[in-house]
Amino acid sequence: MSDYKAVIGLEVHAELDTASKIYCGCTTAFGGEENTHVCPVCLGLPGALPLLNEKVVEFCIKAGLALNCKINNYSRQDRKHYFYPDLPKSFQTSQLDLPICYDGYLDIEVNGQTKRIGITRIHIEEDAGKLIHGLTGTRVDYNRGATGLIEIVSEPDLSSPEEVYAYMETLRQVLLYTGVSNCKMEEGSLRCDVNVSIHKEGEPFGVRTEMKNINSLSAAKAATAYEIKRQKQVLEEGGSLFQATLRWDDAKGINYVMRVKEHADEYYYFPEPDIMPIVISPEKVEAIRATLPELPKARQQRYKEQYGLSDYDANILTVSKALSDLFDQAVAECQGPAKACANFIMGDITRLLNEEALQPEEVPFGGKELAELANLASQGAISSSAASKVVEMLFQPEFAGKGPKAIVEEQNLGQVSDQGAIKAMCQQVIDANPKIVEDYRGGKKQAISALVGQVMKASKGKANPAMANQLLEELLGS
Amino acid sequence: MDNMQKQELASLTLTQAAGLLAKGEASSSELTKLMLDRIAASNNNAYITVNAEAMAAAEAADARRREGGSLSPVDGLPMALKDNFCVRGMKTTCASRMLENFVPPYTATVAEKLADAGTVLLGKVNMDEFAAGNATDTSYFGPTKNPRDPKRVAGGSSGGSAAAVAEDTAYFTMGSDTGGSVRQPAAFCGVVGLKPTYGRVSRYGVVAFASSLDQVGPLNKTVEDCALTLSLIAGRDPRDASSLPNPVPDYLAGLKGAEGLKGLRVGVPKEYMGPGIQAEIRENVKKLIADLQTAGAIVEECSLPQLEYALSAYYVISSAEFSSNLGRFDGVKYGYRAKSYDGYDDMLRRTRSEAFGDEVKRRILLGTYTLSAGYFDAYYLRAQKARTLIMEDFRRAFSQYDILLTPTTPVTAWPLGTAFEDPSKVYAMDLCTVSVNVAGLPAISLPWGTDREGMPVGVQLIGPTLSEDRILQAAHGVEALSLHNYGEGRGQKGGGVHV
Amino acid sequence: MEITKETVLKVAGLAKLDLTEAEALRLAHEMGKIVEFADKLSEMDLEGVMPTTHAVKMENVFRDDEMQPSYPREEILANGPERDEACFVVPKVVE
Repeated sequence: MSDYKAVIGLEVHAELDTASKIYCGCTTAFGGEENTHVCPVCLGLPGALPLLNEKVVEFCIKAGLALNCKINNYSRQDRKHYFYPDLPKSFQTSQLDLPICYDGYLDIEVNGQTKRIGITRIHIEEDAGKLIHGLTGTRVDYNRGATGLIEIVSEPDLSSPEEVYAYMETLRQVLLYTGVSNCKMEEGSLRCDVNVSIHKEGEPFGVRTEMKNINSLSAAKAATAYEIKRQKQVLEEGGSLFQATLRWDDAKGINYVMRVKEHADEYYYFPEPDIMPIVISPEKVEAIRATLPELPKARQQRYKEQYGLSDYDANILTVSKALSDLFDQAVAECQGPAKACANFIMGDITRLLNEEALQPEEVPFGGKELAELANLASQGAISSSAASKVVEMLFQPEFAGKGPKAIVEEQNLGQVSDQGAIKAMCQQVIDANPKIVEDYRGGKKQAISALVGQVMKASKGKANPAMANQLLEELLGS
Repeated sequence: MDNMQKQELASLTLTQAAGLLAKGEASSSELTKLMLDRIAASNNNAYITVNAEAMAAAEAADARRREGGSLSPVDGLPMALKDNFCVRGMKTTCASRMLENFVPPYTATVAEKLADAGTVLLGKVNMDEFAAGNATDTSYFGPTKNPRDPKRVAGGSSGGSAAAVAEDTAYFTMGSDTGGSVRQPAAFCGVVGLKPTYGRVSRYGVVAFASSLDQVGPLNKTVEDCALTLSLIAGRDPRDASSLPNPVPDYLAGLKGAEGLKGLRVGVPKEYMGPGIQAEIRENVKKLIADLQTAGAIVEECSLPQLEYALSAYYVISSAEFSSNLGRFDGVKYGYRAKSYDGYDDMLRRTRSEAFGDEVKRRILLGTYTLSAGYFDAYYLRAQKARTLIMEDFRRAFSQYDILLTPTTPVTAWPLGTAFEDPSKVYAMDLCTVSVNVAGLPAISLPWGTDREGMPVGVQLIGPTLSEDRILQAAHGVEALSLHNYGEGRGQKGGGVHV
Repeated sequence: MEITKETVLKVAGLAKLDLTEAEALRLAHEMGKIVEFADKLSEMDLEGVMPTTHAVKMENVFRDDEMQPSYPREEILANGPERDEACFVVPKVVE
């Protein structure tokens, strides 16, 4: 009975990372005291007129180019009408038949397979305000109202919850790389509507349901899985599905029916008379294309070919553009292998970001410092545990402005590679640990690591462990 | 000052009054007090709100003048705004119960420009509710009476603006014109009304009726006053995306009376001289044609066949945009909210149903209907295509003629309370004016005689895009002919006006 | 085209207007008359004609992405029919 196929399409809304809103100068900063980022234009006061923020158009083009879209030479905005308290004009200024971008695609990877997902269109529109539901009434905050959005509409090319997850993750990465959105899902900067239907091979498409405003990758995956299962169950029990808008309750892990759609939505669109048409020249498109950064896929390829990194390392390094940029800057100055820089980013730096609850953009030092550190490590000037300590210190404000070299010197973290000194310490350790020496000589070769540990302890971690190991072996005459 | 002197002072044109102030023969405070007294004494219901700060503004203007720091030639002159212009801190009702207590926190660009020129805002004048109407009889605050005959309508939707100028309770006023709303009441009340090119004057802060058709325009006593007023308000406004960047010419420079008519090529579209036009009005226009020819103009009948469809296109487009623009009145952020309701949707419906008048509802329904699924292509899209053809018709005509001459209205002001058979008959009264808005062109209406009952007849001069200077020049010529013929023009007008 | 009472009521629902039966009947008649005259448009040959969406030939009228101060909250809320110290308040909206 599991020969049903799921057909899934996504509408993703990304809030654009502009300084001001789409039609007025109010800030787009997240949060703020309620109704303090509001003016006559974004409150929809009668008589106030919109003025389109050019950056919104440029960001949409940029996102479109990153998603392999064609750009409409002639585009315009339309009014989409519906009544809701979070929509102050009772219409959303959006785009209907002439979106800025159309006909693109995004390649995603699931289980090592690449799949191409079509992008139908990307258009610009305004966000709505926020409703705060109370016991007796609903409070309305228009701070977020009229923040510029792009809506990215996919073809119904997705067929599993895993693909939904991969699509959202890859899309998020592309948007972050292009810098058009901060994609903070927890702040609602990126959210998606998932359309799901199921049908049997060779049969017509099934009845579609839509899950609105999902704001995390895992929720998108879970909600899709739940919905596919629910639809299958209904059909298998001989029931019938109806068109509906659903709301995913992430805490309970179930979908609620928000409303049943009896007929298609009536938005009675028409061209927005207060905003002049948008004409985009090929020169403009090329100028914006020139500002596109190298995208994750291309970077991964380069890391593998140029630095011999593994698939795994290349993927991890490019998850965040900030960390990937850090890597590129460090590698440019590093004399040792690129892998040394990669290891610091994937290891100590990622760990500290997590511990300190920082964003990748907030690494408090640059590629030059990372390269210096990698050089010290690969030259054997510091031990790996000392290197970790240096990274920790680089994250501390009191070491701000100091480079790894300076910290190593100041904190006396340099590795002792003076053969005479280490040899003397080794001899002391051998003398003080006859039992271990006996074990070693008796054939338990691994006992030597206990002796190396003692040398490290005696040297306060500064002895070069490889050298200690070698000298111990010599002294023990093996 | 005796009553005679007061009457004389009140009936001065804007230009004349500015002259008096310049010479120090009158003060802004005097003129403002005079206007406020007349407003209080008038029974025509031209005003909705009187500005409590008017006298203070006048005194400030007088102080500036004493110190030699006048802001403009019209500094200190009292005027009024149609009640759809937002003025910070002053009620802006749009003559609707919906906005009865709405006090905007911002000011329309035109109101700002007029304040920057030092003019004194007397108050806000009456109009059709949300400008939907052509008789100022859909106002929540009652109809405005025509000062030429208080038993008749003042026209609309800028009826209060026209009546205030006609009854001398303002030296000029501002209106808005979506399908004739400045020109038609100007014609009905016997004053001058200009609808500039779409985009010539900022719409920012003027409550929208139909955004692609609306244009702000002045109502004045004379063509010269009109030119002066236009020069105060025209020009690019960075807050209005549809506002045109073209430089503003000196509108006063070209005014040279009947001289300006020599060699003028005038087309008279036969579509607006048909049986739909009251016979006396046609007679008046014919008289004007003869006079124009005598004055050296070249006048010919012409045809713009697509004009036949202008009224249909106009009502489709304007109703659609109107219904969209009025969605924002939902009882949430400002304006009326029903007293009792059960939930949000019920609140929304009751609020809108209780606070909108019949005509507003009718147009919202019509607009929603023509935009709704299945009808968009048949109505809205066709109307926009018709719009393209109507514009082409005008372009062709203006390759042959400098201006077009038409009656402003098919009839003169009708009696208050006239019951039309159905709304389409009322809409047909906008026949001659709507095509100008559909094409975005400038046009002026000015008085040209009266009908047998003494009600003013208005004639309309239409020019190509941004030809305000040209139509003002032509209108100045026609005004001179009118003075010669009828001995009437503002400034010369005697009694007969009911205040 | 004839407009029925049902059509009027459906459109009124979209426009959030309550109508009585009598009003709907009257409006059906009146709107029928107006639509009749809008139907004149169907006589026109509009094949290949581009629609005019804006009365002026302007394009790309933009503002720069610059922040301007917002309005004081008291002024934003001042006209609200129901409000508390920070927000507009509406009857509870159920999602």
